[in-house]
Amino acid sequence: MPSGFILQARNISKAFAGVKALVDVSLALRPGEVHALMGENGAGKSTLMKVLAGLHPADSGEILLDGRPIVLGSPQQALRSGIAMIHQELMPIPDLSVAENILLGHEPASRLLGWIDRRALQREARRLLDLLEVDLPATRKMRQLSVAQMQTVEIAKALGHNARVLIMDEPTAAISDREVEALLGVIAMLRRRGVAIVYITHKLDEVFRIADTITVLRDGFHVGTYPAGELDRQALISLMVGRPLAHPVGPACRAGLPVGPACRAGLPRASPARQAGPTAVALSVRNLGRSGAFTNVSFDVRQGEILGITGLMGAGRTELVSAIFGLVPADAGEIHVAGRPVQIRHPAQAIRHGIGMVSEDRQRFGLVPTMPVGHNMTLASLAACCLGPFIRHAKEAAVVAAGIRALAIKTTGPGEAVGRLSGGNQQKVVLARSLLAGPSIIILDEPTRGIDVAAKAEVYALVAQLAAEGKSVVLVSSELPEALALSDRLLVMRQGRVVAELNPSCTSQEEVLRYAMPL
Amino acid sequence: MPCPSESGMPRRSGVSTAVRRLLQRFGIVIALVLVGAMLAAATPNFLTTANLINVARQISLNGILAVGVTFVLLTGGVDLSLGSVVALAGVIAAGFAHPGDYPAAVAVLMGILTGMACGAANGLVITRGRVAPFIVTLGMMTVARGLALVASGGKPVSNMSPHLTRLAGDILGLPIPVLILAAVSAAAWAFLANTRLGRYVYAVGGNENAARAAGINVNRVKLFAYTLCGALAGLAGVVLAARITTGQPNAGIAYELDAIAAVVIGGTSLSGGVGGVGGTLLGVLLMGVINNGLDLLNVSSYYQQIVKGVIIVGAVWLDRRQKE
Repeated sequence: MPSGFILQARNISKAFAGVKALVDVSLALRPGEVHALMGENGAGKSTLMKVLAGLHPADSGEILLDGRPIVLGSPQQALRSGIAMIHQELMPIPDLSVAENILLGHEPASRLLGWIDRRALQREARRLLDLLEVDLPATRKMRQLSVAQMQTVEIAKALGHNARVLIMDEPTAAISDREVEALLGVIAMLRRRGVAIVYITHKLDEVFRIADTITVLRDGFHVGTYPAGELDRQALISLMVGRPLAHPVGPACRAGLPVGPACRAGLPRASPARQAGPTAVALSVRNLGRSGAFTNVSFDVRQGEILGITGLMGAGRTELVSAIFGLVPADAGEIHVAGRPVQIRHPAQAIRHGIGMVSEDRQRFGLVPTMPVGHNMTLASLAACCLGPFIRHAKEAAVVAAGIRALAIKTTGPGEAVGRLSGGNQQKVVLARSLLAGPSIIILDEPTRGIDVAAKAEVYALVAQLAAEGKSVVLVSSELPEALALSDRLLVMRQGRVVAELNPSCTSQEEVLRYAMPL
Repeated sequence: MPCPSESGMPRRSGVSTAVRRLLQRFGIVIALVLVGAMLAAATPNFLTTANLINVARQISLNGILAVGVTFVLLTGGVDLSLGSVVALAGVIAAGFAHPGDYPAAVAVLMGILTGMACGAANGLVITRGRVAPFIVTLGMMTVARGLALVASGGKPVSNMSPHLTRLAGDILGLPIPVLILAAVSAAAWAFLANTRLGRYVYAVGGNENAARAAGINVNRVKLFAYTLCGALAGLAGVVLAARITTGQPNAGIAYELDAIAAVVIGGTSLSGGVGGVGGTLLGVLLMGVINNGLDLLNVSSYYQQIVKGVIIVGAVWLDRRQKE
């Protein structure tokens, strides 16, 4: 089909450090079309968009612009080809004006000295804003604008580059309902001007309001592309989920039961520790909240229990567990450990109370890149290897060697630079650090993110083993099959609140997603 | 599951890799040997006991300062106030060192405590006030200089007891400042390698967020580094006062820059987490040898400044290139 499409991406594949993010995905855009890209977290939506916007080169496949193959080596190149992206995290320059931001990088300027023609700058910015029919003073400083207004500025900026393809990553995630209406108005305007729009959102009603076409991705694979009129809510959710788990090692399997029929057969489904009868509550959270992040969260975790917490991106899962661990303290509610109320303002306090955590952001809150593997492992438990202030090197070496063996970390030795390890082994180093501190409660935030399949299976086995040892595990995961297979109970969060507590053996991915999706 | 990448790393030719690794580890030692060899060939006066002891004496002050600021740079910070703190500590020590007033030990202690107080003030404002180290220590640079001028009335504090000036003398033919530097370096090296707090200094500089998440009290570690750095600047101030037999309120100008330069030449990263006392000593030594050599070759002190600047930038540039 040579005609009719502005942009075609054909058979795009992309892997990161051996982990496949996109496999053979195709996407074609017509002028004036709103094309919704749907899928769960980690389905490959963002990767596909970043390939189209020139941020990541594809490993294989081709991209055609007006039927001719092009190479998108950088965002600048994509922009020159008329492809612009509005990122979820906007990147304005706060102290420049609206006009200066819109025309950043191609300001009208005199040829001789590059002196900026301020009047032409205002005029051009005004023209672009008028095209969008928005009433926004071009002289106002960017930092005085709301998120929605900044988005409009970004769109005007894209128009200034004569963008014919506009990629929008969850543009309505952080703006109010009234602003959503205004944005949808702007999108309608763009569509009339023949701009093709790739639209990512988790909000189903928006999709059915504005999308002409829907492409569904799952685990990096292209599930299908459908005219929006052919799908309904239920059908779309089924397309987005509905995959088997690659490595089932969940409680049901530990009990020797297949995941599905356990409930139907009327059999109790619980980890071995709990089968012996209810154990003591290890961690108890009451009405916990932090303004702007999550509100009124209460739950208990028992010894030997795996509590899953799932939800979509931005539902407040990471913020919740970061508060329990003291990384960013809560400002309301109580935390009880083993029945006693505790104050946790600082990770050091959490560790003293026997709480350990592995953050979802391994680079930021996990690894110390300048330290070797061994020093990284003992960082949270160094006191145990010390005599007074002095490190007993022999003891430390023994602890590290045991940790490397226990978690099967592939490394040339404790002196190796931690940055040289693969993602999975880096994750094991961070896990080992938390475990060496001897926690009774361990919080794992997306413990399998960015690691390969084999390492995932090892992490699953480790989680099961920790529970069997009587430790309490709080497992945050956005991979539904993983959350369902591992958890004894599953909390679903949506927009900062816990909206459901489900029994993983009696629920389905569809049901979980129904709770997780914003209404 | 087979792991293809484990041992199958693409190897570059063995020899060049070996050379590169050697350069990376011992680049500064090689530079030092080369410069030494060249100077020995160029002038007969270089490789004499008297001159080498002279070099050691000349670097001892910068060495003490550099060891202290190594701790600060390892945490990812910086201390620009050292030179002024040296002057203030010297003035205070001299004030307590008039003959017959107090024992010399009191004067020494007062100088060190003065430096400690300045360092602790830096550390407190940086950690509690969350102001950038560059700004805080720049402020302290001016404040400490002002305090030195106030305390001394703008004039050198003289009439120093010979008990204190003896600190600049010799024991068994070795200058006491050199022995102090040796003791300070050995203690600092052992501390960084063998204590928990020493390990935490590296962790905080390597990744502050991760250090905090591992339960480390990041503020305490930083406060410690600045306080220690200040204390050593105080000690350097006392040694300087003993050498020039007065407390000079205008002494020590730009000493912090020489100290930071030596640390950086010694391979400690300005962004923190990498480096150590061994490298710092080599950096101090290299700078000292080059200064001494240029003196012996009768190069004008104007040119010496140019050479020093080029060496600072060149050393870091080479270091960066080898790491990439």
